[in-house]
Amino acid sequence: MEMNNNGAATSSAAAGGGGVSTSTSDSSSAAKRNSKKPKYSRFTQQELPACKPILTPGLVITTFTIIGIIFIPIGLVSLSASEHVVEIVDRYDEGCVPPNYSKDKLAYIQSSLTNKSCTRTLNVPKLMKSPVFIYYQLDNFYQNHRRYVKSRSDKQLRSKAYERDTKSCDPEGFVLDGPIVPCGLIAWSLFNDTYGFSVKSKMLEVNKKNIAWDSDKEHKFGSDVYPKNFQSGGLIGGAKLNSSIPLSEQEDLIVWMRTAALPTFRKLYGRIEEDLQANEQITVVIQNNYNTYSFGGKKKLVLSTTSWIGGKNDFLGIAYISVGGLCLFLAVSFILLYVIKPRPLGDPSYLSWNRSPSGHPN
Amino acid sequence: MEMARVRKRSIHLNKLCSLACCRPTPTDEHAQIGQKGYSRVVYCNEPDCQEQIRLNYRGNYVSTTKYTAVNFIPKSLFEQFRRVANIYFLVAACVSFSPLAPYSAPSLLVPLIVVIGATMAKEGVEDWRRRLQDVEANNRKVEVYDKRSCSFRESKWKNLRVGDLVKVHKDEYFPADILLLSSSYEGGVCYVETMNLDGETNLKLKHALEVTSSLHDAEMLKEFRAVVKCEDPNEHLYSFVGTLYYDCQHYSLALQQVLLRDSKLKNTDYIYGVVIFTGHDTKVMQNATDPPSKRTKIERRMDKIVYVLFSTLILVSFIGSLFFEIKTKEDISGANYRRWYLRPDKTTVFYDPRRASLSGFFHFLTGLMLYGYLIPISLYVSIEIVKVLQSIFINQDQAMYDEETDRPAHARTSNLNEELGQVSTILSDKTGTLTCNSMEFVKCSIAGTAYGRGMTEVEIALARKRGERLPEPMPIDDIDSGISVKGFNFRDERIMNGQWVKEPHADVIQKFFWVLATCHTAVPEKTESNEIVYEAESPDEAAFVVAAKEVGFQFFVRNQTSIKLHELDLVSRKNVDREYKLLHVLEFSSARKRMSVIVRNPENQLLLLAKGADSVIFERLSKHGRAFEAQTKEHVERYSEAGLRTLAVAYRELGDNEYRLWEEEFIKAKTSVTADRDVLVDELADRIERDLILLGATAVEDKLQKGVPDCIDKLAKARIRIWVLTGDKKGTAINIGYACSLLRHGMKQIVITLESPEIEALEKRGDKEVTAKVTRQVKSITGKTTLAIGDGANDVGMLQEADIGVGISGVEGMQAVMASDFSIGQFRFLERLLLVHGHWCYRRIAMMICYFFYKNITFGFTLFWFEAYASFSGQPAYNDWYMSCYNVFFTSLPVIALGVFDQDVSARLCLKYPLLYQEGVQDILFNWLRILGWMFNGVLSSIIIFFLTTNSITGQAFRRDGQVADFAVLGVTMYTCVVWAVNCQMALSINYFTWIQHLFIWGSIAFWYIFLMIYGSLPPTLSTTAYKVLVEACAPSVLYWITTLLVVISTLLPLFSYRAFQIRFRPMEHDRIQKRRSEGLEHEHDTAQRLSESPVTRISSDLISIRIDNLKASPRRKNS
Repeated sequence: MEMNNNGAATSSAAAGGGGVSTSTSDSSSAAKRNSKKPKYSRFTQQELPACKPILTPGLVITTFTIIGIIFIPIGLVSLSASEHVVEIVDRYDEGCVPPNYSKDKLAYIQSSLTNKSCTRTLNVPKLMKSPVFIYYQLDNFYQNHRRYVKSRSDKQLRSKAYERDTKSCDPEGFVLDGPIVPCGLIAWSLFNDTYGFSVKSKMLEVNKKNIAWDSDKEHKFGSDVYPKNFQSGGLIGGAKLNSSIPLSEQEDLIVWMRTAALPTFRKLYGRIEEDLQANEQITVVIQNNYNTYSFGGKKKLVLSTTSWIGGKNDFLGIAYISVGGLCLFLAVSFILLYVIKPRPLGDPSYLSWNRSPSGHPN
Repeated sequence: MEMARVRKRSIHLNKLCSLACCRPTPTDEHAQIGQKGYSRVVYCNEPDCQEQIRLNYRGNYVSTTKYTAVNFIPKSLFEQFRRVANIYFLVAACVSFSPLAPYSAPSLLVPLIVVIGATMAKEGVEDWRRRLQDVEANNRKVEVYDKRSCSFRESKWKNLRVGDLVKVHKDEYFPADILLLSSSYEGGVCYVETMNLDGETNLKLKHALEVTSSLHDAEMLKEFRAVVKCEDPNEHLYSFVGTLYYDCQHYSLALQQVLLRDSKLKNTDYIYGVVIFTGHDTKVMQNATDPPSKRTKIERRMDKIVYVLFSTLILVSFIGSLFFEIKTKEDISGANYRRWYLRPDKTTVFYDPRRASLSGFFHFLTGLMLYGYLIPISLYVSIEIVKVLQSIFINQDQAMYDEETDRPAHARTSNLNEELGQVSTILSDKTGTLTCNSMEFVKCSIAGTAYGRGMTEVEIALARKRGERLPEPMPIDDIDSGISVKGFNFRDERIMNGQWVKEPHADVIQKFFWVLATCHTAVPEKTESNEIVYEAESPDEAAFVVAAKEVGFQFFVRNQTSIKLHELDLVSRKNVDREYKLLHVLEFSSARKRMSVIVRNPENQLLLLAKGADSVIFERLSKHGRAFEAQTKEHVERYSEAGLRTLAVAYRELGDNEYRLWEEEFIKAKTSVTADRDVLVDELADRIERDLILLGATAVEDKLQKGVPDCIDKLAKARIRIWVLTGDKKGTAINIGYACSLLRHGMKQIVITLESPEIEALEKRGDKEVTAKVTRQVKSITGKTTLAIGDGANDVGMLQEADIGVGISGVEGMQAVMASDFSIGQFRFLERLLLVHGHWCYRRIAMMICYFFYKNITFGFTLFWFEAYASFSGQPAYNDWYMSCYNVFFTSLPVIALGVFDQDVSARLCLKYPLLYQEGVQDILFNWLRILGWMFNGVLSSIIIFFLTTNSITGQAFRRDGQVADFAVLGVTMYTCVVWAVNCQMALSINYFTWIQHLFIWGSIAFWYIFLMIYGSLPPTLSTTAYKVLVEACAPSVLYWITTLLVVISTLLPLFSYRAFQIRFRPMEHDRIQKRRSEGLEHEHDTAQRLSESPVTRISSDLISIRIDNLKASPRRKNS
């Protein structure tokens, strides 16, 4: 990179591009007060001091090398951070359906008579330091569908005064008794599987406090807004809410209402605030209530620790290493190219118009 | 070109006519007065009378604004929505109020309002300026005769009415078209300057009718009653037909009696006149027409690209709606609802699985709006802003300021800037453009002897071409003791300082200079220092009079009937004043190619003194008048080879009887009212202009303008073809060509000859047509950008027809400038205008448009990829307001900075390496390959951004506290990456970082974070998904930042690698120069010369031989 400071410009002249200074001597400029001669300034004469970078071979190779040198360590560090994260993923949507219903899972999940309890055993592969985050992961569930995303009322959620503000919530806005609080499809389809954890028949406490964003609890969901007419319509969607608890404390709802970006997503269920030892068997009792069978979505239970990059995320590390590696590769390639074909810039025989005199497509 | 002179002479004709006859001759048109087209009636001095009021002519209020306060909004809106893209956005904004819209209505409306508002503001400011000018003009003061008080009272221009009697003082503008009644001069003459009408600075003589010229005192004015019947308002500045009814008589009125609005009274203390046309009826207002609007190649291609983008938009929306339809249809299968959480059983028509096709159609409309970001809404307004700023730079360029005329370069239209960088052919006028049109009398041949020792520029060039050693250039100033007289560069000790009397043919020399001193139409004027200067219609005429004066035949008085010379009396050997009675002027016309005067000298001899084209004069010589014919012919030949203009000079003595007979017929012919009057007059003139006695020939040099050869040399090195249109003889043209290095050694043919009979014929009809026709043909043959440069009224056609018209604001007035797109003071500034400003502007606009498409495609396609993961439901990935700010705040300023400030190489290097200019001519920065390359880069960037971002941050927790990235976080992260990526791509592709670029690029990125913080701190009902998203969710997450780094670097890699490869192995011209500059090599003159010149010599040897009458020959032949 080449810094080309036009002339000995002081920094003040450079900064004050509009600063007009006449180049002509004072006596002559006085005589030509009415002259239409354009005033001189570095700005108007397009002579501002400028940096004019050009991609010399040295710069190209240096850039590639520097990117490589920075990226590969970042990749390695990320990868190792990811390695330190212990993650248990258990898909239970298939396994929790009794064999006799395996042909018609939908009937099983929709029936109110069937027993939805299901027990799973998870093996802890490595020591999992507290806190261990519990997530449920849904698959093929379009929380980002336009109809779904818009089917909520931020005003209603926030303040009792806007209870009747449900026009965006259709068809889950009103029942005969009045407005549904919280209204809309998102709330209505609230996830309602529950998990109970025990190790060696000792119950593991699951902390479900503070799983939602503070800003949501404090500013988006009102402490004076209580569930009303919720899941009281003809069709029951998902979980019911305790109508004596204000929305700001219904953290499962708040988490659920924060819609996911992609059709495969995890949402925080709670935290286990004690270490899980390696090779411990965790027994999970799942109330398998939520219908993902109709649209073929998977349900997974995820236990995970975190590191500075969050959960287990090999992709980032690999991506960094790949890009870094690619840059180093390019650096080497360019070095080789320059060595093999050391053609100087400025060979007119390679000008495009000399190569194809008939001209370019116009 | 020659034609300029022709037109001027035709103006002259009228003036001389009135000088000679002092009475306008009725023309055919006068017979039509009272009929259609000639129905105007003016009751002089009675603006209040019933008849006048009933006619209800317009007042003198003038408005040149495009809009009024009332119609500004609707009219300018209408103008805006004539653009396809804007209509699209308007429709989108209207539909945004329906549930179809993927965004909230305000977020769609605000950018549209900002963009439209900016354009309208620009229109408004421009119109406001015009309005201020109007107000100034309307409120100027003029003295109007008030009958009640019998005196003149000041009144505003706008209150002037038809029929008002006004008094205009010296140096004041005429407020309307006025019939001249009388002036401070006895005979009712006055002088006017018509600078604002046709740009001519010389004074024109106007002449009142005899019957009115005595109106002076208040009593007479009070009693003055007359009626004028005249033509209806029209745009012809050089004609007027009317009749004055006064004292039971009627008198014909012609242009001689009319003073036009916007011209100025000069050298006359005051005039009285009657207003006949007011306000918009005046000739100058009627004459004001908008120049044809021109569009640049780049703009036309840009429109095509916009159409391509529209097609892409439709295609993408169609694909989206197809998938959406399929997915929606699947939601209902038998009795089961698949995605039950969307309630497909109780849905609206937009998502109804039972009416999936209809939903699909509506979704298509939604898609058109959603992917509307593919169409850059702010492109047009940004380009307009950029072009205006670019033209300010052109106007402000000190290097294009002409000290002599005090004129900076001026971009009269801002929308052709980039076209300046793509000129492949220049059509140039010769006279006044390449040459100064300030004629210098350098040589003459009298009585067969050649006088004049100076060497012309052409002679020097020819000598150089032949490789002769030049004789030591004569120190010109030494000879005439340093006194240089404008228009006179003649040095010969045999003639000067009264030495001519000692020459063998002193009497011939005397007659020769009599012709020069009397046979003209110039007017002498005394300056304050008591020197005499001449107001002449053409510079060659001035040169003759000056030459005569310098030799000792000083012409110093002209009145209507005589000319006075101060000359040496051969008998008494003293300088005496002699008066020549001016009997008739047989004026110049392009058909006659000669001019003569009939005078009676103090010795009572009747003389006909003539000068004219050599061919015409030679064939009119009497038998005994051919004494010097052979030598003179030879001299004329030699002069024209030397690039001089020649005229032959001759005279004859007339017998009294012969003259009387002729005069009788001549006056009869002149006053006849038949249609063939002109023919008759010409015939009679022809009859008397015979049996001439040859005196000699004159040669004047039209000096080349300063810097012309260098400039042409540079332009030729830039491989621009230059065609010079000239009426010169072939030989003269070739030699001038050599002189201005237009023709080089090794070139086989001259560029153009204009000597075919057909053209002569065209010349008569009007020069505009010829040049315009040539221009059109050149354009159609080459199919490339042509630039026309000229300085005279005769070039107007050419300037308007060419892709770019450049007017030189020189001596021939402002008409060319008025018709041009750019005006410069000197031909040589063309070099800088094209090679520097043209190149820069082309490059800037080309890069800017490419980049514009890039940034919008990048953004638009991230939306599309997200759609693919949202079952094409039409949910945008970002918060509404992020999106609407994209084009307006986060990416607009850097691209404007690119368009205004970017320089690939400095001005100095642009000029040094003229071949760089070919980048524009070949259009290599804006060919389809490059445009598509940028578009591909955009798609690539969007893919990288979307997939790297989603894979990096979604799914698992993205923070140590276990939180996962939701819709809001993904949107912010992706958007951050987009803002970084497009701004960094900009930084990578520009070559020139001043503090402005740094401020705009990094400022835009910084502004995104600032915006996010401010927007995120608004109440959640306003900010929705953006609420505290940066502060609470993203900023504390390391993953967010390192993902940004990864994505941004990855998006830059393709372009960076490509650029690195291309600069090294496929360098473009500017890359080479930059490289040389960075290596500090650019001072190595030799190598640079070799590099730039090697291809040039090849093109120079191109044979471009074009006859004007068959322009079919294809100059497309190239050296391959």
